[in-house]
Amino acid sequence: MPYSDKVLDHYSNPRNVGSFDAQDPAVGTGLVGAPECGDVMKLQIKVNPDTGVIEDARFKTFGCGSAIASSSLATEWLKGRTVDEALAIKNTEIVEELALPPVKVHCSVLAEDAIKAAIQNYQQKQDAAQPAAAEPVGV
Amino acid sequence: MTVQTPIYMDNNATTRTDPRVVQAMLPFFTEKYGNAASRNHPFGWEAEAAVEEAREQIAGLIGATAKEIIFTSGATESNNLALKGVAAMYRKKGDHVVTQATEHKAVLDTCKRLERDGFRVTYLPVDKYGQVHADQVREALTDKTVLVSVMAANNEIGTVQPIRAIGRLCKERGVLFHTDAVQVVGKMPVDVEDMGIDLLSLTAHKLYGPKGVGALYVRKKDPRVRLEPQIDGGGHERGMRSGTLPVPLIVGLGTACEIARNEMAEEGERTFRLRERLRKGIMDRLPETYLNGHATERLPGNANVSFAYVEGEGLMMGIKDVAVSSGSACTSASLEPSYVLRALGVGDELAHSSIRFGVGRFTTEAEVDFVSDLVVREVTRLRAMSPLYEMVQQGIDLKKIEWAAH
Repeated sequence: MPYSDKVLDHYSNPRNVGSFDAQDPAVGTGLVGAPECGDVMKLQIKVNPDTGVIEDARFKTFGCGSAIASSSLATEWLKGRTVDEALAIKNTEIVEELALPPVKVHCSVLAEDAIKAAIQNYQQKQDAAQPAAAEPVGV
Repeated sequence: MTVQTPIYMDNNATTRTDPRVVQAMLPFFTEKYGNAASRNHPFGWEAEAAVEEAREQIAGLIGATAKEIIFTSGATESNNLALKGVAAMYRKKGDHVVTQATEHKAVLDTCKRLERDGFRVTYLPVDKYGQVHADQVREALTDKTVLVSVMAANNEIGTVQPIRAIGRLCKERGVLFHTDAVQVVGKMPVDVEDMGIDLLSLTAHKLYGPKGVGALYVRKKDPRVRLEPQIDGGGHERGMRSGTLPVPLIVGLGTACEIARNEMAEEGERTFRLRERLRKGIMDRLPETYLNGHATERLPGNANVSFAYVEGEGLMMGIKDVAVSSGSACTSASLEPSYVLRALGVGDELAHSSIRFGVGRFTTEAEVDFVSDLVVREVTRLRAMSPLYEMVQQGIDLKKIEWAAH
């Protein structure tokens, strides 16, 4: 199977491999895929709660070269974006950037799912932490 | 010692044509180009003599006689001819065929065709090492069974089947026995008499011969096996397979068999030693690696290893200087892992993590060491990048996770 230079580059020199403390309230963790399907992605974001900007991102992926490249690319794109901007990332953009062949499109879908799952996890933590602090005063 | 990359370690897929085989073939392209069916001039006689010599060489390797060898385009055709030819010829006698789950697609898909044509086919399950047992065959036989087809060794996992026991059982019961022996012929001793084989498929390119030629052994007595031809035409090959014989390829197949017959014992030991060096070099240095197939009843050059927490195709990319294959179906258009590994009960996650290594005649010790070092390095790197490995290190049971399967 012919791999694009960009896939090969991300595979050989993956960006942002690693983990954050999943308990940290500023961290959102997304875990998608399944071992029996041949790919699992864990994607984490660290958000500045004041600005809503994703300041850092990490990933770990079990999967083929295209899955590793898709998640590596996703972490690069996430850094510096707001949560809302991150939600707008589409799998088709990943397909285009990495020149993924049709049989590898599912890797990009998984990366998009991982982004959304990480953001959802972050937002749930924020919501859970909010009631006390965000309860409007004086009501 | 240095090695040249890429390194070929996929000898269960195909083998390099031995230079001695190429040398033997060359004159039959340029000078001795007669049609073996031309009975009235020296060009034809010369070609025919070469074909008959090849027939002897092939027969000699498997304990058959020359007249029992039918040339085909390869093992896929041999398997098709054996199964469809027997089914059609013996239809009045019965409509039942017995085979097993890990056969090559050339047998399984041919069986599917027979089912569409009204035959009943029993697909016997294999044990966790990939073996089917004669007792299972015995229980599956009915008075309507006309053919049993069990491969001699599996192409993916290298497991060798108890062919002699199955062949003898079939003899006792008067049922024809076919074996797809492509992986075994030239690698391990085969004797059609001793093993009770009535039909045997082989191909040149798995034993250092050219691609595009194979043979079907068809027993001539005790019993005399008859086949309905699948290709009609000039009545070549005792009427069982028409078509002008590819003389250069046949000479190549014959020469490859001759070399195998002379060198098999020594070569088998050498490839076994290299295979073990590779297997130990990898498995002794990496925890949680598993050998798929049988530990001892296996092809000397084959090692099929699963690397937990690392996906096979991802690993293949990391060892791209080495030609191997993966049981992970990400390599093909489908996303299903290998049906052979599934039949053994290997979980899908480990099936996705498997790599097949095939050591052969031209593999060197330096290549084996290079490959085992590279595999250890890459698996270690990919595990450090694997969320599954991380979770296991943290004491999380992967089986208890509710995975969002997609």
